[in-house]
Order: sequence, then C-alpha cells, then structure tokens
Amino acid sequence: MSADDDSERARRFRDAALPHLDDVYTLARYLMRDQADAEDAVQECYLRALRHFDSYRGPAMRPWLLAILRNVCKSEFTRRSERPAAECNDNAPVEPPAWQEAQPSAEAELLRRHDAAAIRRLVAALPPQFREAVVLRDINDLSYRQIAEVAGLPVGTVMSRLARARAMLRAAWIAEQGLKS
Amino acid sequence: MNCSEADVLINALVDGELDAGHARDVEAHVASCRDCTGKLASLQAMRSAMAGAGLMEKAPAALRERIERTLPAISIASARMPAVNARPAGPWRINRRVFAGGFAAGTALSAAVAATLLVAVVRDDRDQKIASEVVSAHLRSLQPGHLTDVETSDRHTVKPWFNGKLDVAPPVIDLTAEGFTLIGGRLDTINGETVAALVYRRRHHVINLFVARRPGGKRAGAGSEIWHGFNVRRWTEDGLDFWAVSDINAGELDEFYKKFSTAARPAAPS
Ligand SMILES: [Zn+2]
Repeated sequence: MSADDDSERARRFRDAALPHLDDVYTLARYLMRDQADAEDAVQECYLRALRHFDSYRGPAMRPWLLAILRNVCKSEFTRRSERPAAECNDNAPVEPPAWQEAQPSAEAELLRRHDAAAIRRLVAALPPQFREAVVLRDINDLSYRQIAEVAGLPVGTVMSRLARARAMLRAAWIAEQGLKS
Repeated sequence: MNCSEADVLINALVDGELDAGHARDVEAHVASCRDCTGKLASLQAMRSAMAGAGLMEKAPAALRERIERTLPAISIASARMPAVNARPAGPWRINRRVFAGGFAAGTALSAAVAATLLVAVVRDDRDQKIASEVVSAHLRSLQPGHLTDVETSDRHTVKPWFNGKLDVAPPVIDLTAEGFTLIGGRLDTINGETVAALVYRRRHHVINLFVARRPGGKRAGAGSEIWHGFNVRRWTEDGLDFWAVSDINAGELDEFYKKFSTAARPAAPS
C-alpha cells in the first residue's frame, strides 16, 4: 500500500467517522464513568475502527462505531478483571412506587422538573446493562434495531431492558424528588 | 391486553417503534386504564426532560486532536497488526441471530407478547415515517438552543422572517389571549422537506406547529391522535399541511387547533 493510498484512506475515514465523535465520547463517559478512561476508550475505538475500515460495508457508521466502543469498554473491564459494577439480573424485581399514588399529571409535572446534572447522575447510577440501553436510546437516539446491533442482543431483550431501565429511572427520579420536597 | 403486557409496549409507543395497528391496541388499553395513562404521561415527561437537558457530551478538543494526529501513522502500522478481538458486532454479522434467534430465555416478556413484538418493531410505511419525523423534530427542538431561530412573540416579526427561506408562507397567529403564547419560529425538516415550525407555549409545555406545502390540499381536519406517545393534531387547509405536536393533553391541543384554524381563516363569505 502506498503512502498516498494510506493518506487517502485516512482522509476518508476521518470524514466518515469523526463527525460521530461526540456520540462515541458520550457513550464512553457513561460506560467508563471516569473521564480519562473514557478518552482512552474513545481513542482505542477510533484506532480499531480505522484498522477495520476496509471491511466496513455500512449501513450506518454511528452504530458501527458505538459497537466498537462498547467492545473496547468490555475488554477494558475484562482486563482489569472486574465486572462493570455488579451486572444485575434482568429479571430482578424493580419496585417503583405504584402509579396510582399520585395524580398521573402531577407525577408527570414532577418528572419534568429535573436539570441536566440530576438526570446525568440518575442515569449514571443505573446498573450497566440498563444504563447502556437508556444512553443508546435516549441520548444517542438509536432505534431499537440499532441498539440490538450495537449490544448484540435480540430486539425483544432490548425492549424489555429499556422498559425496566426506565422503571428504575422513574423510581429513582421520584425518590429523589420526594427527598427534596 | 393487560397492564404487564402493555408495559413494554408503552415504552415502544413513546419510542415510535410500534406499527399503526399495535399502536392503536396500546392506545386503546391506555385509554381504558388509569395506571397506564399515568405511566404514559410519566414516560413522555421523562423523555421530554431528557431531550431538553442536552445530555450529549462534547468531546474535548484535545481528544479530537489526539485522534486526528494518530490517524495516518496508525494506518501504516495497521498493515502489520493482527486484527484481534476487535470484530465489531455490526449488522453484517449478527443480524441473523438477532432476528432469527428469537428472544433470550428469561426476559420478562410473555411468549405471546414477544411474538407480537417481532412484527411490531418492523414497520415502515409513509405515515409512520412522517409521524416519527414529526415527533423527532419536536423532541429535537426541546434541546437547548434548538427551539427557535427567530424568537419573538411578535407575529409581524415571525412572518417576514420566513420570507425567501421557504416556498410556503405559513400563517403566523398570535394566540396569547387564548392562552397559547407565540414564542417564535424556525426552519425544520420533515420527510426530507424543509418546513416552517411555529413555536407556542402553554404553561411550560411547548407546542410545535409544523407547516408544509401541500399543493391542491383541500380543507380537511383529522382527529387528535397519539403518535409515538405524543398528542398530534393534523389538518390540511389552503394547500398547507399542519401538524401540531405537544405533550399537552389531547383536549388542549384540540382547543389550540380550533383557535388557530378559526383565526387563520379569513372572515370570508362562506
Ligand atoms: Zn394498564
């Protein structure tokens, strides 16, 4: 491969992959928590992506990069041989407050009143696989199918995971509001 | 449909992942169930709050530079580097497993619901696409700094602002006296077409009114619908298509439609 080919390839890669840097970085921040770790993971992700860019056939660059990032984070946790916090059982019961306790609209108003810092904290506190689902859906704005591709899961698992993740989030959200008031 | 079956589907509804038929089924259950009505309202509120909070992180400039600097150097080295353990789990590799493999044992879904979902998530007709895009545009607009390009409650400022930017001249109507405050306008994209978006506020709820050209479109009012868990009122008038979308309740959105549409119609002899 000539140097010209190489730089041409690097240029194509940059144009295709770098526009998604904020997306990749955002997922990394939520998966790794620590900023320096997140930055390292993102850099490793782009290195791997470039290495495999020749075999990339689409369709969408963003889910492809997010899938690589996710693999990078997983191997990092394996290397440290620590589990990314306790992987929690998908079926462990969540006990959100009963819906009928508050007026439905009153609760919705309550949920609406949250600032970015509070939401970030609540999302960050979710168990890893639920955190990942919420971030991919509500922040990265991926479709269920794309999340299934990124996480290597059946679409049905993605759906039930998201539902449970939001039930947990809602419970924490309301509990916090309850403490404040 | 019972509440535990509805649980996952209400999430899918809010995410715009249900086809029209299943969306109707879920909406029918929600309409008859107080618990699920509350759940839908809460999910919408959470989603709006998250969309409005601007949760996407900005990658540090130093990281971007670091990556850009390493690109050409690595592309040379990569020729010698074995590709270990970096196979991305992309669609080209796992699609079959995802869709043919069925559902993992032990998910909370019943088999019947699971079977429904496989069909439910796979949908793609034009209406659904537009519905998705209208709701996405609404959610996008709630992100900080995205709501308006021109911010003013003066309709005489908003209306000329669209001149030359669009091939439609949207009727801009101030409904402050009616409880819907005009807060501005912007350009948006629905189904590949640039459209006008008029932005109103009702208490602290945002209403986006999208206006697109519909040559020859006759006057027609469609009922209030729930699209992806948001209330949408769709109508056509004077060669224009209108979509009003908001998380205010259907009754209030209907009131908005009536006030707007009455004010927009010139007091012409009928
Ligand atoms: Zn119910």
